[in-house]
Amino acid sequence: MILQTRDVGKSFGSVLALRGVSMSVAAGQVTCVLGDNGAGKSTLIKILAGVHQHDSGELLVDGAPVRLSSPRDALDRGIATVYQDLAMIPLMSVWRNFFLGSEPVKSMGRFDVARARRVAREELRAMGIDIRDVDQPVGTLSGGERQSVAIARAVHFGARALILDEPTSALGVKQAGVVLRYIAKARDRGLGVVFITHNPHHAYPVGDRFLLLNRGTSIGEYGKADITREELTTLMAGGSELEQLEHELRRE
Amino acid sequence: MSSAAADERLADVGRLRRLLIRPELGAVVGAVVVFSFFAGQSEVFRSVAGIANWLDPAATLGIMAVAIALLMIGGEFDLSAGVLTGTTGLVLVTLATRFGFNVWLAMLAGLAVALAVGFANGLIVTRTRLPSFIVTLGTFLMLQGLNLGVTKALTGTVQVAGLRGAEGYESARAVFGGTVGDSGFRVAILWWVLATVVATWVLMRSRAGNWIFAVGGNEQAARAVGVPAARTKIALFMTTAFAAWLVGSILALRYTSVQASSGIGQEFIYIIAAVIGGCLLTGGYGSAIGASIGAVIFGMADKGIVFLGWDADWFKFFLGAMLLLATLANRLVRRYAEEVKR
Ligand SMILES: Nc1ncnc2c1ncn2[C@@H]1O[C@H](COP(=O)(O)OP(=O)(O)OP(=O)(O)O)[C@@H](O)[C@H]1O
Ligand SMILES: [Mg+2]
Repeated sequence: MILQTRDVGKSFGSVLALRGVSMSVAAGQVTCVLGDNGAGKSTLIKILAGVHQHDSGELLVDGAPVRLSSPRDALDRGIATVYQDLAMIPLMSVWRNFFLGSEPVKSMGRFDVARARRVAREELRAMGIDIRDVDQPVGTLSGGERQSVAIARAVHFGARALILDEPTSALGVKQAGVVLRYIAKARDRGLGVVFITHNPHHAYPVGDRFLLLNRGTSIGEYGKADITREELTTLMAGGSELEQLEHELRRE
Repeated sequence: MSSAAADERLADVGRLRRLLIRPELGAVVGAVVVFSFFAGQSEVFRSVAGIANWLDPAATLGIMAVAIALLMIGGEFDLSAGVLTGTTGLVLVTLATRFGFNVWLAMLAGLAVALAVGFANGLIVTRTRLPSFIVTLGTFLMLQGLNLGVTKALTGTVQVAGLRGAEGYESARAVFGGTVGDSGFRVAILWWVLATVVATWVLMRSRAGNWIFAVGGNEQAARAVGVPAARTKIALFMTTAFAAWLVGSILALRYTSVQASSGIGQEFIYIIAAVIGGCLLTGGYGSAIGASIGAVIFGMADKGIVFLGWDADWFKFFLGAMLLLATLANRLVRRYAEEVKR
């Protein structure tokens, strides 16, 4: 297991955002974290990413308990995170974004621009991402392209675990498909992927394990063999609640 | 094949667009227009002596504008930069004339003061997350008060003078305040060119440059990928302070005296020059060369109006008009850049 949590919890003042959640991420597998708005998905992955520190339970990297002090710390351990809205800097070019925070340098802090351009272009092509011009500002890319570039970046920088916070939620069907394909590609390259979504139809096809969260607690962690798509959907929507909603909305 | 043809056309549009969205474009056009206007009407303006004359204010303003441009690209403002040129000048002249310091040593003390102020600005902004506009407005007012208060207490007047008699004055003046040989061109121009070259190199070709664009463009995103955002910003505030020290020393060595009110009101001119040079007020975009060209426009207008025998009041009007035009042009260019998606 690359990443594992045991009964982790996190509170913000009097708000218990997360309680007793256990999960695991293995190399070459996709762990999906599902849950409604406010279920604590982002809080959980921010603990994995070093943005927040857990205040109960344990976080294990390669089996050893750790406390990640910063995103940089997590990155240095091979845990990369792609956030939904703050993945990229819109006014900066694709290659500048690609290497942001891990710029290749020659002596004296000189940014190896030629190499950055070339590697960005090559890496994107290797992931099958067709970007016309690595000099174009990231703001001019579509949402799916942006996510894909961010994923390619994490893969390039030797991430062993890749955390994606709702990479598909703002995307149309086709764009979401593109992103799911890169998730599968990253998995095939041997990365452990944590994929957050509230759409079971996005989660089920790529996921190997499914962690369901509700109001800050875990409803359960399931292997793909133990759960069908329908069960996942029902669990995710709170089962009986959905039936009741259907009942309510039915025409008289 | 039609799709290939379309792609080629797209590439062409891309190249043209890249040229058009250079942040400096507006400033270059502005500089050409302003130069033609004054050169067409005044022979002195286009003579070598005339050029040396209007490059002089451009140089001191330009050093500051370049530093402020870096800071603005990094997403922050510094309203205390103008008055800090006064503070460093006052420290230099006061120490050299009242306390018997060697001029070089007094300059070093001024540098220490400037860097401390820049560090404080940066630390407060990054720690408290308060807008730098407010934080540096605070330091601006505090420094303004200190400059006047301390100067009055020490001299009973609102200026300190007499640097000429101090030890080390001649050599320091040759390096910072004099002219290049007998050409009539001030050495400050060389410092300004050096500042522009270094700043441009840092922005475009160094890792720090990437960080500057990033913290101004989206600080949280930058931090999330491991950019040391706070350190970058503090360094930018200290760079601005360093520039203020350089300019303050240049002016003090040139005039041998400093008014306690020196530099006040300049802070906005630095910002205006940077904006004319293509810096966005929202950060994350801009250029050091642009800010330098913005400073040239100011230098030309400042002296050109005098050469034409106009009242100097017109300068303010010109300033306002340039600012409005530049901001509008920048917005148009940026919209165009973002519009041509897909
Ligand atoms: N920094 C914070 N301070 C206080 N409360 C917080 C903070 N971050 C999250 N919370 C609270 O913790 C709970 C879980 O939030 P979280 O963002 O993890 O949910 P989520 O599952 O990611 O939801 P969504 O699907 O809307 O993104 C929410 O009730 C939220 O209000
Ligand atoms: Mg969330």
